[in-house]
Amino acid sequence: MPDTLLFAMEAALNGLTAGVMYALVALGFVLIFKASGIFNFAQGVMALFAALTLVGFQSGQIPFSHLINAILGTRLHHFGWNMPTLLAIPATVAVMILLAIVIERFVLKHLVNQEPIILFMATIGLAYLLEGFGDIMWGAEVKALDVGLPKGMSDTVDELTFNWFGYGFFIDRLELWAAGIAAVLVASLTIFSQYTKQGRALRAVADDHQAALSVGISLRYIWVLTWSIAGIVALVAGIMWGSKSGVQFSLSLIALKALPVLILGGFTSIPGAIVGGLIIGVGEKLFDFFMNPIIGGATENWFAYMLALVFLLFRPQGLFGEKIIERV
Amino acid sequence: MLDTNTEDGYTTADGRKIGGVAMELRNITLRFGGVVAIKDISFDIRWGEIRAIIGPNGAGKSSMLNVISGFYHPQEGEVIYKGYRRPRMRPYQVARQGIARTFQNIALFEGMSVLDNIMTGRLHHMKANIFQQALWWGKAQREEQENREQVEKIIDFLEIQHIRKTPVARLPYGLKKRVELARALAAEPSILLLDEPMAGMNVEEKEDMCRFILDVNDEFNTTTVLIEHDMGVVMDLSDRVVVMDYGKKIGDGTPDEVRGNEEVIKAYLGVSHD
Repeated sequence: MPDTLLFAMEAALNGLTAGVMYALVALGFVLIFKASGIFNFAQGVMALFAALTLVGFQSGQIPFSHLINAILGTRLHHFGWNMPTLLAIPATVAVMILLAIVIERFVLKHLVNQEPIILFMATIGLAYLLEGFGDIMWGAEVKALDVGLPKGMSDTVDELTFNWFGYGFFIDRLELWAAGIAAVLVASLTIFSQYTKQGRALRAVADDHQAALSVGISLRYIWVLTWSIAGIVALVAGIMWGSKSGVQFSLSLIALKALPVLILGGFTSIPGAIVGGLIIGVGEKLFDFFMNPIIGGATENWFAYMLALVFLLFRPQGLFGEKIIERV
Repeated sequence: MLDTNTEDGYTTADGRKIGGVAMELRNITLRFGGVVAIKDISFDIRWGEIRAIIGPNGAGKSSMLNVISGFYHPQEGEVIYKGYRRPRMRPYQVARQGIARTFQNIALFEGMSVLDNIMTGRLHHMKANIFQQALWWGKAQREEQENREQVEKIIDFLEIQHIRKTPVARLPYGLKKRVELARALAAEPSILLLDEPMAGMNVEEKEDMCRFILDVNDEFNTTTVLIEHDMGVVMDLSDRVVVMDYGKKIGDGTPDEVRGNEEVIKAYLGVSHD
C-alpha cells in the first residue's frame, strides 16, 4: 500500500476522533435549541466554567480567593486538601444544575414570549457574564485537568495497524475515550428523550409551547431540565477539551467551531450534531493533509467555515435539519 | 371523571341525568389594555352536560375559554371550581386540575407521532420521579404500560387505529382535530373544553366529530364546554347555550329558549324578514 494512502487514513482517523470533540460541544447547542428555540451562545463558556469548577474542586481551591484576599488582605488560596475525582464530578454537576436554575430564574423567566433574537442577545450577555464570573471565582491561569483518563499514543491501535499495513497509526487514547463517552452520552440522551415522561415532555415543549401548557407541562421546569442537561453535556465537553489542552479561557472559543458543525448537521438534530462534527473533523484533517503542500499551512482554521458556507448555499437546513418549507 | 352529585341537577329530554354545578363563573371581566373582551359575564357549567358558547366573531367566546383554562386572567370576577374559588393559576396547573382543552388552530406536537401526542395527555397521570424515569426502573415501566392501555382505548374509541404511528404533520386537517380531541381525552378530564371543534371541516367530518362529542359525553359522562359557529350543530349537540355578543352575555338557556330570544335573533341570527 502506498505511503500517502496510509498517511491519509491516519489523518482521517484522527479527524474522526477530533470530530467527536466538536460534536460534544455542538450537542449542547442542539439540546437547548430544540427545547426552547434559543441559540445558546454561552454553551462554550458553560463548558469552560464546568471545567474550571471541576479543577477548582479537585485541587481544593478556595472560590473567589483573589477577591477575598484583595478585600481582607489575606493570602488564601487552597483549602489544603484534594477532592477525589469521583466526588468532584457530582459536585460540579450540582453546580451546573444550580446554574440552570439561576439562569431560568433571572433570565429566561423574564423573556417568555420574546423574539428569538432577544433571547439570543441574552445568551451573549450570559456568555460574558459567566466568563467573568468564572475568572473571579477560580482565577484566569491555565490549569491542568486530570480525571484519570488515559493519555498518549494507543499501543493497541499502533500494533494492530502495524500488523495490517506495516505502518502504525498514531491515535491518542484520550480521543478514543472521548469517542466512547460521547457514544454513551448520545445513546442515553436518545433513550431519555424517547422513552421517559420527562423526555416526552421535553419534546412536547420543543414542539409547541401552548399545547404543552394545555396538557399540564410546566415550561419553567422543562427549561431548568434542559439547561441542566446542557450543563452536564458542557461538563463532559469541558473535561475532554480540558484534559487534552488544559483548562484555559480560549476553551470558550471552541464554541465557534460548533457553528459550522451545526450548519452541516442541522440545528435541531442530535444525530446531525454527531455526523456534522465527524465530517468537519475528517474534512479538516484530510484537506490539511492534501492541500498543505500546495497552499501552505493553517487550513484547519478556516476549512470548517468554508464547508459551512457551501452547505448554506445548497442545503441551508443542514443534513438532518427540518426542511424549510415556505407556504404561500 | 364522573361526579354523581345530582342534587339540584336536571334530566334532559333524552333521559340523561345532569348533575350539580361543576364550575361557576362569576362576574368575569377581561380587558386587554383599553379593549374590553368580556364584560361582567356569569354562568355555570353542570356535571355531565354539553354546554355551548356561541356568538358572532369577536364576541369574546375564545377569551372566555381561555379564562376557564387559565391562559387569560380576568381583571374582575371569580372562577368557582368544584365548590372552591380558584386562585390565579397558570395554564399547566389548570390542566393538572382536570381541565383539558383543544385549540381553534390545532396545537398538536407536529413532529411527534399520533401515539406520542396522545401519550402527552397522560403526562400528569405518571407519578414516577425523574430518576426512576431515567433508569426506566420500577414504577416507571409499570406506569408506561398502564397509560399505554388507556391511550389505546381512546384510539379505538375515536377510530384512529390506522394512523397510530403516523407523524401528525402528515395528517389531513380533520384527522388532526380528532387527534387533538384524543389527547385531551387521554387526560381523563373533569371538564373538556373544545374551541371550535368543527371549524373548517367538511360535512362528513363535521358529522363524525358531532358523533364523537356525543359518544364521549355518553360513554365517559364528560362535562363538555364547546365554542361553535355552526348554529345547526350547536342546537343539536348542546344541553344549554350561552350567547355572547360584544363581550356581553345576551342569552342563556336551552337551545329552544335561546332560539326564541329576541336579542339573540337580532345579534346572531339576523332579523327574520318573512
